Amino acid sequence: MTVVGEKLQPTLFERSRPGRGDGKIPHPPKDTLDRIPASARRETPPALPELNEPEVVRHYVNLSHLNYAIDTGFYPLGSCTMKFNPKLNEWAARLPGFASLHPLAPDEVAQGTLQLLWELEGALAEISGMRAVTLQPAAGAQGELTGILMIRACHRSRGESERDEVLVPDSSHGTNPATASMAGYRTITIPSAADGGVDLDAFRAALGPKTAAVMITNPSTLGLFEKRIGELLDLVHEAGALAYMDGANLNAILGRFKPGEAGFDVMHFNVHKTFSTPHGGGGPGAGPVGVGETLLPFLPTPRVLRADDGTFRLERPDERPTSIGRLRSFVGNTGVLVRAYTYIRAHGGSGLHQVSDDAVLAANYLRKRVGEAYDIPFDRACKHEFVASATGIRKRTGVRTLDIAKRLIDKGFHPPTIYFPLTVDEGMLIEPTETESVETLDAFADALIEIAREAESDPELVTTAPHTAPVGRLDEATAARQPNLRWRPMAGAEMPCPD
Amino acid sequence: MAVPAELRYTKDHEWVRVDGDEATVGITAYAADQLGDIVFVELPESGRSLTQFAAFGVVESVKAVSDLFAPLTGEVAGTNDALSGSPELVNSDPYGEGWMVRLRVTAPAELDELLDAAAYDALIAAG
Amino acid sequence: MPYGPHTAADRERMLAALGLTSVDDLFADIPEALRAGRLGLPEPEPELELAGRLQGLAARNRTDLASFLGAGVYRHWSPAAVDQILLRGEWYTAYTPYQPEVSQGTLQSIYEYESLLAELVDLDVVSASHYDGAAATAEAALMTCRATRRERVLVSAAVHPHYRQTLATYFGGGLELQTIPLVADGEAAGTTDLAALARMLGDGQPVAGVVAAQPNFLGLLEPMAEIGQIAHDAGALFVSVIEPVSLAVLAPPGAYGADIAAGEGQPLGIPPQYGGPYLGILASTEGLVRQIPGRLVGMTTDVRGQRAYVMTLRAREQDIRRDKAASNICTNQALLALAASVYLATIGPHGLRDVAAQGAARAARLEAALAAVGVPRVHPGAYLNEFAVRVPDARAVHRRLIERGVLAGLALADALPEEPSLADALLVCATEVTTDDEIARFAAGLAAELAVHDHLPPAAVAAEASR
Repeated sequence: MTVVGEKLQPTLFERSRPGRGDGKIPHPPKDTLDRIPASARRETPPALPELNEPEVVRHYVNLSHLNYAIDTGFYPLGSCTMKFNPKLNEWAARLPGFASLHPLAPDEVAQGTLQLLWELEGALAEISGMRAVTLQPAAGAQGELTGILMIRACHRSRGESERDEVLVPDSSHGTNPATASMAGYRTITIPSAADGGVDLDAFRAALGPKTAAVMITNPSTLGLFEKRIGELLDLVHEAGALAYMDGANLNAILGRFKPGEAGFDVMHFNVHKTFSTPHGGGGPGAGPVGVGETLLPFLPTPRVLRADDGTFRLERPDERPTSIGRLRSFVGNTGVLVRAYTYIRAHGGSGLHQVSDDAVLAANYLRKRVGEAYDIPFDRACKHEFVASATGIRKRTGVRTLDIAKRLIDKGFHPPTIYFPLTVDEGMLIEPTETESVETLDAFADALIEIAREAESDPELVTTAPHTAPVGRLDEATAARQPNLRWRPMAGAEMPCPD
Repeated sequence: MAVPAELRYTKDHEWVRVDGDEATVGITAYAADQLGDIVFVELPESGRSLTQFAAFGVVESVKAVSDLFAPLTGEVAGTNDALSGSPELVNSDPYGEGWMVRLRVTAPAELDELLDAAAYDALIAAG
Repeated sequence: MPYGPHTAADRERMLAALGLTSVDDLFADIPEALRAGRLGLPEPEPELELAGRLQGLAARNRTDLASFLGAGVYRHWSPAAVDQILLRGEWYTAYTPYQPEVSQGTLQSIYEYESLLAELVDLDVVSASHYDGAAATAEAALMTCRATRRERVLVSAAVHPHYRQTLATYFGGGLELQTIPLVADGEAAGTTDLAALARMLGDGQPVAGVVAAQPNFLGLLEPMAEIGQIAHDAGALFVSVIEPVSLAVLAPPGAYGADIAAGEGQPLGIPPQYGGPYLGILASTEGLVRQIPGRLVGMTTDVRGQRAYVMTLRAREQDIRRDKAASNICTNQALLALAASVYLATIGPHGLRDVAAQGAARAARLEAALAAVGVPRVHPGAYLNEFAVRVPDARAVHRRLIERGVLAGLALADALPEEPSLADALLVCATEVTTDDEIARFAAGLAAELAVHDHLPPAAVAAEASR
């Protein structure tokens, strides 16, 4: 048996005592299940833990204390846009009129939510410069799949099925090539140029009659705006391919750059990034997708439609045969979308513009400060995030970016994204967002600078960090070699029913 | 890191030891060190035909994954079953217990296209 | 800006540190021709006014109806503790636990979720990454193709139509998907046609996986062990689409030989909220652990020898394996997995059994009440808490019952247009929250509508229906 540390919690299963926990649901008549054939019935009840409510609450409250979160501190995780999650959004999503509405409720019963979704689609279309938006995809990665499937449908409709390649820059998120594979495409990786942008010559050489799509993140995962974007988009279209924009970094360009107007054919939004719906420990998100004129016929079904009399309805099955179909059940992660709607309404057009201005200003200020002690591989105006590197520190002291990240935990900060993008050695991708004060930015920069000093004076202090976290560094090798992925009850669970 | 003199190498960091028409293949100590703690090795079934420099398997560490490339053309005569339970052997003894596949070599002349120890040593020294 | 901390002085200080006078200078790299104008959106709305707007929209939804609508999403009592735990910022404002030292709460909660679900489905490996039942089912089908290196999957026509449509979308890249028909009449009517399944397996390309649901979309219990046996005999894997509450009383997938279980986790403490966010359940046997997509959390130790949790088998995932990843999934649906775990922990094994059995008891009462007004079940087979009933002019009656305050389930003509035998059928369900009063209202409403129907000439009925 392993030792449960002082600050840690035993599992729910270890807390279980037969006979605890009852009283939430009235007991049904004893013969209720007699009409279910024995062959379909469960023989041994599931060995779920038996607990009472006070224990459950303490378990989860104490577990929550082991988490770092935006509500507890600065979370500069690059590429993830960890901004403050407004409390009004949580309140709104829980209004019973929204929360208890069944997804198959007839349109006439669901007019409030349908109106909200329709207005949100309009707002996202305006923000992106796209012609129309689907709210169905459940996450950014599913948005990517939606976009690539629409591109495939478009090429097929033109009789160009021989296009089977997707071009992806080497600095892209892993979801881009993984999405291309899921859609049955081959990924061609394009190297970056010295300035961090896409290598135009390599790009031109890779484009051709086999190219179905190009997936570009702009600003890139290095936090840099693709200056040659106009030229890139022209090349894509001249080659008969379509341009996908990964909207992960939209927080940098609200009101400054509209991908649809610039010539992108399709993009996804990460509402859990740009529009501050909570990350929830990794999910749920939502990944709406905007399209220009070319891909309009292929949008997933059902769309939300507005009739001339001002009422709203869902598109009927088979109403639009060109659609790629559905990506999931029902209309989308509506509960997440209510939060995004609330956020957009609270900010309005001017507020969203200010969001990007402040996010970019904060990132540049922090870039300047962090540059006092770290290498900044692309030391020019960044957008909402920037890459720093500990290559110099590693060469001098042996201390690596991983160590610096762990030492930041001791200083009270969540580490930035590390070793991503893959194209920068010892990289740290730092994204402060617009909701952090100058005092916080300075405190974080001071902490990083102090760690750089510690690396010189006492490297072991850094390489053995964290020292103050509930647990130290983990044995990840054993975790992967002999995976323990579920609790095994010590003995056969004995569970007599209380009635 | 010592590079055994009697072996031949690929640019992708596989080694091969030829004994008559049979060859034993693994990855070098340098490769194992670069990958870190190896947690999984995916190897081909016996009888499968491999082509020189084509991918034949996958090696995974905690946070990285890499294809394995065949140093020589041939048919898989056996694989190291011990790696399924103890992939760490690749880290602890890459040229011995951590071997991966045995091949029945069908084109022995291909050996000339591989690096010798000195050339491989120069390759990894150049980083 | 409502949530920004910066004063004018703060902004000036930051700009001064950069040697700039305007933030516009930081956007100079956007080509001039491509710079956007302003955002044509309404002005910012103060919280008080916005709250009023949101309340107004929410009030336009009608959630006062006596609802018998299930069809994949079910009303249940969620203990008050569930949402209170979920509202703690330490849970919902954290991200994916990339730094395990400061994420042990999320990591342990996911490990516990994996363990709880493993008990429920009786399979060893559970991934907490999936969006909903449909996407999880699609991922399950793709797993069977990777594991068997075959490219054809058979799905029962009694799997939720949205799941089948999602499968079709995911399979559009070149994999083959075929539908197994239902038994048309007799005792097994409405369940998967086993003879047709055997025929399809013996005919054409080898089959990677067979997908069937328990209970099926029509609420009926399927012969899962037989379906699994037939699939395995042909070298195919068996995917069981489950409803988690039912597993308190129905045989779990592991017990009847399923290789993979997929399903919708919404009934475990998650509100309907018009479609999501929900929780895709995906579980498999240990042998398929390298094929299952999404995050997995394992128990290990730290340098001090303490028990600790970490994301593991990471090299399967998109951020490492890129175009060779098992899936593009990046999400781990942690907050919903937490909801399901808190629900299961709070309600307990006996409580869960009560929820399932109480639903069955309420449904039996519903069946009797509807039969008493001349509305019989469509199929003779066993069901748990959902079933189809025959109602003349079902679509129109369904619409008119809304005016009587009743949401009469789902008109199957809309959901399964390919099954003409169900054109005049409603799919109805009951759960532990269904009251006697609601059942009485439904039955009385139906009786009244059918009486109207019986006394009007057909033309008038048609006019009424198209109203």
